[in-house]
Amino acid sequence: MTLRQIKEFLNAEILTECDDQNIDIKVAKASDLMSDVLRFSGPGKLLLTGLTHNQVIRTCEIAGIAAIIFVRGKQPSAETVALGKKCNIAMLTTKLSMFESCGILYSNGIKGVSIKKE
Amino acid sequence: MSSETTFQQDFQIKGGDFVNAGESSCKIRNILKDIGIEAEIIRRIAIAAYEAEMNVVMYAKTGLLKLVLTPGKVLITVEDRGPGIKDIELAMQPGYSTATEEMREMGFGAGMGLPNIKKNADIFDISSAVGKGTKLKIVFNLDGNNS
Repeated sequence: MTLRQIKEFLNAEILTECDDQNIDIKVAKASDLMSDVLRFSGPGKLLLTGLTHNQVIRTCEIAGIAAIIFVRGKQPSAETVALGKKCNIAMLTTKLSMFESCGILYSNGIKGVSIKKE
Repeated sequence: MSSETTFQQDFQIKGGDFVNAGESSCKIRNILKDIGIEAEIIRRIAIAAYEAEMNVVMYAKTGLLKLVLTPGKVLITVEDRGPGIKDIELAMQPGYSTATEEMREMGFGAGMGLPNIKKNADIFDISSAVGKGTKLKIVFNLDGNNS
């Protein structure tokens, strides 16, 4: 699924775009716990979160996540948006809740990251 | 520095600096990318470096992170000046944390940092002196074997 399609499904607003406009999102993760994003960093290229500080961008850069959806109408600061741009991470914001956003994406074919038992 | 060293760089980390936290680890990631190391190994190194860097930012006054490359290995050492860890065995237990509410609100301090560094490393060594600081030695084999 492209970010344009995700934008339509979630009625989201694009804050920044990444260089790869046609990035194909197949797997996503949703968390407000950056520790978990790092711990279960798998193939997921999309993160849904309600946190908007700089460390969300850093965590995504480290974990190889290409795009972030801020849920519950959260708006990152101009500084965070600038960092996202610098790190080439696409950012969108939706007024939908985390649960609704995940449900819509899942029912349209986006899968979750399978967590292997440690 | 061993005679085998092919690349070395030091990174200063400032305790409490949540704005720039993670910058060193992102630089390390880019350095390793430019060198042409395999993506999956870079991911493991970057995550371990970032967890270690965040620990310095969250708990210590200052820290020095050293990145050393040899033909077969990537070595990261982190030495901080901070409160140290009283009970290392306890600190290594998943879920154990002394994080403040502020750190938890940022999505960190879930007590997974040290276990996650160990999980991603091929060799992980930690030593600490209460009231002085903590030292981490994290080694990654470039042949891709993560036990």
